[in-house]
Amino acid sequence: MIVSNAVRYPTYVPATVAEALEQKAGVANLLPIAGGTEVMVMFNEGLLAPCPVQSLHRLAPEWGGIREAEGSLVIGALATYTDVRHHPVVRERYPLLVEAARVTGALQIQNRGTLVGNIVNGSPAADTVPALFAYGAQVRLLSTRGERTVAVTDFYTGYRKTVLRADELISEIVIPPPADGARHYYRKVGTRAAQAISKVVVAGVRGRDSVRLAWGSVGPTTLRTPKTEAAIASGADADEAVATLATEMSPLDDIRSTRDYRLAVSQNLLREFLKRTSPGG
Amino acid sequence: MTIRMTINGRDCTTDANPMTPLLDVLRESCRLTGTKYGCGEGECGACTVIMNDELVMSCLVPVMQAEVATIETVEGLARMADDGAEILHPVQQAFLECGGAQCGICTPGMVMAGVHHLRHPELAPDGLAEALEGNLCRCTGYSAIFRAMERAAEAGRPA
Amino acid sequence: MTISADSETKLRYVGRSVTRREGADKLTGRSRYVDDMHVPGALTGRTIRTSIPAGRVRNVRFPDGFPWDEFIVAGPDDLPANEVALITADQPAFVDGIVRHAQEAVLLIAHEDAGLVHEAARAIEIEYERDAGVFGMEQGHVLKQLAIRHGDFEGAFANGDVIFEGEYRTGAQEHVYIETNGFIAWWEGDGVVLHGSHQCPYYVHKAVKHAFALDRDDQVRVTQETTGGGFGGKEEFPSLLAIHSALLSRKAGGRPVRLIYDRAEDMACSTKRHPSLTRIRTACTPEGVFKGVEIDFHIDGGAYVTLSPVVLSRGLLHSGGPYLWPAARMDGYCWFTNSPPYGAFRGFGAPQSEFAIERHLDRLAAKLGICPIELRKRNFLRKGDMLPTSQIVGEEPELERIVERALELSDYRAKQSGYGEGNGRGLGLSVFYHGTGFTGSGEVYLDSVVALEAQADGFVEIQVSSTEIGQGTETVFAQIAAEGLGIDIESIRFRKPETGAVPDSGPTVASRTCSIVGGLVERAARQLREQLAGRDIATASATGPVRAEARYQAPPGLVWNDDTYQGCAYGAYSWGCNVAEVSIDPVTAELRVESMWGIYDIGRVINPVLAIGQVEGGMAQGIGWATCEDVVLKEGAMQNTRVTNYIIPTSADAAELFVEFVEHHNPCGAFGAKGVGEIPLDGPPAAVANAVTFATGKDIAAIPIRPEDLLA
Ligand SMILES: Cc1cc2nc3c(=O)[nH]c(=O)nc-3n(C[C@H](O)[C@H](O)[C@H](O)COP(=O)(O)OP(=O)(O)OC[C@H]3O[C@@H](n4cnc5c(N)ncnc54)[C@H](O)[C@@H]3O)c2cc1C
Ligand code: FES
Ligand code: FES
Repeated sequence: MIVSNAVRYPTYVPATVAEALEQKAGVANLLPIAGGTEVMVMFNEGLLAPCPVQSLHRLAPEWGGIREAEGSLVIGALATYTDVRHHPVVRERYPLLVEAARVTGALQIQNRGTLVGNIVNGSPAADTVPALFAYGAQVRLLSTRGERTVAVTDFYTGYRKTVLRADELISEIVIPPPADGARHYYRKVGTRAAQAISKVVVAGVRGRDSVRLAWGSVGPTTLRTPKTEAAIASGADADEAVATLATEMSPLDDIRSTRDYRLAVSQNLLREFLKRTSPGG
Repeated sequence: MTIRMTINGRDCTTDANPMTPLLDVLRESCRLTGTKYGCGEGECGACTVIMNDELVMSCLVPVMQAEVATIETVEGLARMADDGAEILHPVQQAFLECGGAQCGICTPGMVMAGVHHLRHPELAPDGLAEALEGNLCRCTGYSAIFRAMERAAEAGRPA
Repeated sequence: MTISADSETKLRYVGRSVTRREGADKLTGRSRYVDDMHVPGALTGRTIRTSIPAGRVRNVRFPDGFPWDEFIVAGPDDLPANEVALITADQPAFVDGIVRHAQEAVLLIAHEDAGLVHEAARAIEIEYERDAGVFGMEQGHVLKQLAIRHGDFEGAFANGDVIFEGEYRTGAQEHVYIETNGFIAWWEGDGVVLHGSHQCPYYVHKAVKHAFALDRDDQVRVTQETTGGGFGGKEEFPSLLAIHSALLSRKAGGRPVRLIYDRAEDMACSTKRHPSLTRIRTACTPEGVFKGVEIDFHIDGGAYVTLSPVVLSRGLLHSGGPYLWPAARMDGYCWFTNSPPYGAFRGFGAPQSEFAIERHLDRLAAKLGICPIELRKRNFLRKGDMLPTSQIVGEEPELERIVERALELSDYRAKQSGYGEGNGRGLGLSVFYHGTGFTGSGEVYLDSVVALEAQADGFVEIQVSSTEIGQGTETVFAQIAAEGLGIDIESIRFRKPETGAVPDSGPTVASRTCSIVGGLVERAARQLREQLAGRDIATASATGPVRAEARYQAPPGLVWNDDTYQGCAYGAYSWGCNVAEVSIDPVTAELRVESMWGIYDIGRVINPVLAIGQVEGGMAQGIGWATCEDVVLKEGAMQNTRVTNYIIPTSADAAELFVEFVEHHNPCGAFGAKGVGEIPLDGPPAAVANAVTFATGKDIAAIPIRPEDLLA
């Protein structure tokens, strides 16, 4: 029971990146489709306003892979959660990405859904985005006008709002190597054990004298908590860190959970993070 | 746009609108109604098929993305013996014996997920609970399905 | 009833796990569900619904940009009787001027282009005049009230024993049958043909015949297609789709119309389990011997009567649990609200009230300082005891044996000492019972008939309106018939339920199919066996089918008085005990039901694999209802109408389930069978809640138990 009228969605199927960028520049409101796990849900449920769509699947040879370049990890726009979960380099060096991919949807979703799609959808509940925040990922944007690179932490400007311009496509995500000896922590608190949307999700990386923490589902976008990070880096104890966290997070009540729960769980998660990543621990 | 696919070993072309979900093409154009709709949101798994050896929700695949793909659906699992009798796939047979199918609406998708898991157990390191987590069943509470999958795994193991 | 070992060994099919007869069809994708039907030339229908819960429709606007003259548009004026006939006919098929709930049908549209229909449906605008509406119980007015009085309940509370009270709530629950509701209808001459997903062909038949004011029964032909789950959700509700699809087809000159709901529509407008509020006051001795109970049991009925009076009745009748109450005052209230009507859901009121009493007893035990299991044991019903309706318990329920077995299997006593707030683990127990079949005189009114027909091709055909909805009706009836006839099961055939072609064996509800209808199948089989008199089937029916019918007869002594609410409420009771083991995450308060054990007396177990399947599935639904299944209501209407946000358990959430049966045969049920379909829902919520209290020290009084409440 697909409740949209397919004829209202003219389709474009570019064979090359160049062609894709031409179309993106030339066709107003052109909506890219990568894995379709976001777009097709909206389409099927009648929630996608009629628009031209552009399926990127033929670009897989150019954009499909995961590779290393100059020490960084490069995740192509069409790389899926499954690709991420099973890639040896990701498994070795970026455990937060593996974990985030593992707890996203179910296998069927992981086989189609892309990390780039997860970034673009702009949901504060997106589960890989905190991991990308914590790793300091960069997003590469292409258009016929050229290329630019934006830190994923600067990608969002508000609830479901991003810096992506109408003529741009994301080509890849570039992730610098985490510091040697850094400790990684990721936890998703969802509505059930699988196929769940986050109530709170957190990713953290703790190096010798640096801390990066990123939270999902507790604000209008994925967010960093710089004061808490600073407090921890400067040696604050758990109680202080937890108190600081409460000053820079103001989650909301919604259909999935409550403000109070989100705050309390975030604080508990922070304690767990501190324990698990403690340099002596 | 004419889209060519191989479905259960047979070549197949469709002129369906490129945005039409593969699910609808299978059910309406190909009349392979074994694959079911349960939600259209990728959540229930009733529409699960194997596409290019990967498990997918066919409701979320716009058919244009299935061009030149190899698709396996529940209709393609059983074989015919020389005497015309039907030989169920070991997963189907085990479901039958263990009560893995009740109302049957989740069953085609569940069976495809089960078949895929036996082929690629490494893709679900946490085992059955993970392998089947994309397939909701409201009838069984999953216990009988787990038993069936264990039996099917036994059956598939060389003696 | 005792069955001698001798006759026991002679059973060839009953008691064996004969494989599901339609199983291979389901497993290969061959089974035909309604949406799988290929009906050339069919139009696609869609329902236009209210977005406000109360008020009046002022105007309906059809905006420009659509070829409206190509559409079939139908509404209340096209229907001879704008009523859905059930217990009463108060529910209209379309808003009758006054809007009584959100998601109520205003009109229907159909077109051959499905995409266009959906697009057009979203474009239609309705203008309203809004009223406030009533939401929640104990406001507005009562739809149905029932009272049970037993013994000197005032006296029971007057003599200084321990008085203890509590208030318990349960939330709505959505069925989430994985197949959404659907019907396809067309007209042939002056009659209508309907194919659909439903539990009760003759309910649909009655409703359609009434709405179209048809004279003859044969003007409505209702066929049940393979049905992808019901759980009560396809008991009364499908009548509405049947009327709607038939109406669109009639306006389209008889052309077939498909009316298949998408998931969001199905969740938004269909029935749910009634939310409940139960206040319990008990009097007992300091040792925990029960003296009396006062129960006020409230349910939210929603905007129309539908089946709520009967749900209220079953809930109230089970509200005391399987215990001896020398005195009782039990009052039931069902409230009209501006919610979509609540309806049948597996258990039918009993899971709500049994949650309350089973939770109450654990709380009472804590107050008395007695072990909750011991408290229950001191008060279990025994043979010869009197229920609050004056019914005498006619068999020995053996609840102690059932409970002991559950404790043993779950290793309860050994685990108990190590669990609690320290490690976030808990154990909880519940004991419960469930009456088989329609309440009171219900089965007499139903007047069910089944037929068995020996046919010339050598088969015996079972003709019933009882439907296969996943529970195994076809298989179990074939076992019973083959056993009764003394023939090979391969020679039994099951006629697809179609009104007119099969007799009315009543609805597929109330745990009545295997036991009660199966009992009729058994009788008809024995009768047919006599008629065949040793001849083989083909020979005997060479000159025409040989037919045997059996009609329901109330067991002797089963007398019920609807006015006083006294008498035998049910001909047989099933009994059971659950133990739940839970863990609570110390960081997130996420609740996980690790394991659940269930020991059940459902009488004769006709088919172990199928019976275990019923019980396990029901336990999982009960666990879901107790934990993650939260219908978020706003002004009476469900907000989380997607499987993405109405959360049912996945395989990764599934509890490990352990089931065993204790068999006490029911002399009136098929080969001794009692009800099995619903009792699995009665126990899990309280077992889980009791376990959570054990694990956390939190006094749980409501389900679902959300981590949000545990962390607060
Ligand atoms: C059942 C189910 C479960 C899910 N569970 C989770 C979960 O647990 N956690 C979670 O975070 N998410 C979840 N999701 C959401 C979704 O799967 C992810 O957001 C996914 O990563 C989207 O990727 P995609 O390739 O499928 O996106 P698409 O649907 O193809 O696209 C998503 C958005 O990204 C845009 N886009 C895609 N590629 C590009 C590009 N190269 N350049 C510019 N724009 C682009 C599209 O235009 C669209 O706006 C779930 C979805 C479903 C259906
Ligand atoms: S129909 Fe595709 S996942 Fe439910
Ligand atoms: S068998 Fe009915 S939903 Fe799984």
